Amino acid sequence: MAELSYRDAVIRGISQEMRRDKDVVLIGEDIGKAGGVFKATVGLYEEFGPLRVRDTPISEQAILGAAMGAAMTGMRPIAELMFAEFAAVCFDFIANEIPKQRYMTNGQLGCPLVIRFGNGAGVRFGAQHSQSIENWTMMIPGLKVVAPSSPVDIIGLMAAAVRDPDPVMFFEHKALYATKGEVPDGEIVDVLGKAKILRPGRDCTIVALALMVPRALEAAGILARDHGIDAEVIDVRSLVPLDTQCILGSVVKTGRMFTVEENPRLCGWGAEIVSIVADEVFWDLDGPLVRITTPHIPLPAADNLEDLAIPSVTRIVERVSRVLNGSRT
Amino acid sequence: MIAKTMQDTPTPGASANDDIGTATRIELYRLQVEIRDCEKRAYDLFLQNLVKGTSHLSLGQEAIAAGFAAAMGPKDKSFCTYRGHAHTLARGVPMEKVLGELMLRDNGLMRGKGGSMHLTSAEHGVMGSYAIVGAHLCIACGSAWRAQYQGQDDVTVCFFGDGTTNIGAFHEALNFAVIWKLPVVFVCENNLYMEYTPIADVTAVPHPAADRAAAYGLPRILIDGNDADEVLRTARAAYKLARAGGGPSLIECLTYRHSGHSRADPGKYRPPGELDKWLERDPLKIYRGRMAEFGISPEAIASVEATSKRKVEEATTICKSAPPASEHLLTADVYADGGWAWRN
Repeated sequence: MAELSYRDAVIRGISQEMRRDKDVVLIGEDIGKAGGVFKATVGLYEEFGPLRVRDTPISEQAILGAAMGAAMTGMRPIAELMFAEFAAVCFDFIANEIPKQRYMTNGQLGCPLVIRFGNGAGVRFGAQHSQSIENWTMMIPGLKVVAPSSPVDIIGLMAAAVRDPDPVMFFEHKALYATKGEVPDGEIVDVLGKAKILRPGRDCTIVALALMVPRALEAAGILARDHGIDAEVIDVRSLVPLDTQCILGSVVKTGRMFTVEENPRLCGWGAEIVSIVADEVFWDLDGPLVRITTPHIPLPAADNLEDLAIPSVTRIVERVSRVLNGSRT
Repeated sequence: MIAKTMQDTPTPGASANDDIGTATRIELYRLQVEIRDCEKRAYDLFLQNLVKGTSHLSLGQEAIAAGFAAAMGPKDKSFCTYRGHAHTLARGVPMEKVLGELMLRDNGLMRGKGGSMHLTSAEHGVMGSYAIVGAHLCIACGSAWRAQYQGQDDVTVCFFGDGTTNIGAFHEALNFAVIWKLPVVFVCENNLYMEYTPIADVTAVPHPAADRAAAYGLPRILIDGNDADEVLRTARAAYKLARAGGGPSLIECLTYRHSGHSRADPGKYRPPGELDKWLERDPLKIYRGRMAEFGISPEAIASVEATSKRKVEEATTICKSAPPASEHLLTADVYADGGWAWRN
């Protein structure tokens, strides 16, 4: 057991898989000699060499096309897109090519690859380099989508993603890279499609993802201490496949659910979870389902404005306590 | 009007260097005739409302598909566009599989799940037909990258139209292939029209692919795409270069489609007389003349033509009696476990 940063966990997760399988290769802009814009690939070029850790030009279509063609013909590429928004300049591959290959060819060809995204806000980069875009990919049949919140999950889910026969969108949160957590020694392999209950509770369920997970946990501590509310906190971890059993089981127990989402409100992932809960356990609910989200705005660069936009610990505490205490009176 | 190719083309004639040989010439003719007959049948079936959705014929462009495919080995990989029936047939995929897919029947290549624009037969090295212009040049780079990385000696061949040269992915793929020295051959079928608009009206240079080769440090290769011999020789040289580690080639083949862009297009935007001029340069006509020059017997030619007609009839009969796409496939193969489950 050792303490590891989220950033170093990315490196460890990738290197664990590259040591295991020589068909696992890494491509992207500045990921090799420079160690990555987020320094999340430092040392990989030195360990695995230029043929397995390949620097590319600024050509996102070529990066994803190369990853797709290699995956279709027997390799296990990991492609880094740097800032998540760069997905928009190669969205043909994410929306039309990679996810539909297996279906359109009646199962003849698949795309076992991983695309890494530097996702999310908190670093004051403005509207085009701070968005949380995991929901852009969640709506596309054929993709799998994960967004880990801790170093140990980064390693285990990276292993699961690389070993998975389907294309996996791997969202790393930029504001979490410097955070640390305990990580066991040895190989770590997780499974896709499993949520985690990080804090058990009786009064309500708070469902969160990525950066919103530590905020939800901190909020739950304050809710217990100051408001007498015992919140259960679920880290969704994987949007596709979605662990609805975990979420539904928790909501049946607590009778209340809040989602905490970094993506702007319309069509955020929480809307889908709310819809499932409303459809399937409506009669177990004690009150409305509540989404706590970023407003439907582009993100501002100013630190004070960005902090206002993204759900904060304070906002989570206020919203949950007001809704629950209101419902009790 | 045809510029010099990457290697000297022997002067046709009985005394010319016959580097291709009778057997290969008959094979090249067979491929062209079978593509022609199958495409014409596809058009007939469309008129009978039996080919559904859209379809994009390669009538007039058969020599390119035949020449590049005839030079490939079984392990080589090909990628093409929605105008891909010809390239699929040329790799040896049976007509009934292609026509069945065009008719969206259960006997089709992808059992009706892909349709005319996505013909794929991995067992034949046909790695897909791509219907959004540009992407498959980048994807072909990935296939070639795999060959290079794993030390395999197959070549990846990527066919596309003149219109593709104006989208960003074309330029990303060319640069990528050159800097990584990938064993990939890019083949531009310049049929003079992007869809309905003349390519010359929307392109900065007269030859949309060949004139851009220099930007990527590649030689300018512009050939007569209606002459299967010239296509075959060019393909062989490019594959040899790729297999030897010499990197990619970009080849522009001049040709002309005899029909419109897609089944919805009668091609009325073409100036009067243009089609007639190109029909004089019809690849099958050119090739019949070539075979006569090299003394290939009329009986051998007639036999190829008769066999093709029979194959088309047999394939049509099979497809017409085939059941529609199977409903149980609706949710199959979204994910690798064979199903579509996105939740537990």
